[in-house]
Amino acid sequence: MEAFPDADVDVSGDDGQHFRAEIVSARFEGLSRIQQHKLVQEVFGGELGGAIHALSIKTSTPEG
Amino acid sequence: MDNAEIRDFIDSSIKENEVMLFMKGTPEAPACGFSMRTSGALNALGVRYAALDILPDPRIREELSGLSGWPTIPQLFVKGELVGGCDIVVEMYENGELAELLGVDMPEEEDDAPAEDEPVELPQQQSNIPLENNLKG
Repeated sequence: MEAFPDADVDVSGDDGQHFRAEIVSARFEGLSRIQQHKLVQEVFGGELGGAIHALSIKTSTPEG
Repeated sequence: MDNAEIRDFIDSSIKENEVMLFMKGTPEAPACGFSMRTSGALNALGVRYAALDILPDPRIREELSGLSGWPTIPQLFVKGELVGGCDIVVEMYENGELAELLGVDMPEEEDDAPAEDEPVELPQQQSNIPLENNLKG
């Protein structure tokens, strides 16, 4: 993902509608969980709630 | 109702209800697994909350997401602040942060596990099955 050049990203989901993303990035440091998830949601833009019915997000920082 | 009225209604329900959940369906009949898990976490903590079904009118969701900047449903607000959707709420339920935020104690037992001091109910012998059948085999 371009938005997270340093990130360790693991996206899974094989039905084309439900996805699960685990992102480990230093960019999340100091951000609330809401802010972390919003960063990830921005990457998916208008697809969320549209073509992508469900994206499960788990964010963490490299140390956390 | 026009969009501005819907937005005002959403805004005031967030402000007037300490715990406000926007979901698909109702807590009694959730229409989506994510909404079910989110209301389930609140139910497990035994807190009172207001819930609004967003399904009856697509404009509810449009206006809600416009207000909150959060694209998906469910959305949980506590004391006027967006806490998150299903992932965040369930994660916070599991690590105790949600109970802390809501000022309640974590339930000590899982919902489906009987408490230790409660007698465990044994299955009743079915009266229409002759007892001897159960002794054979």
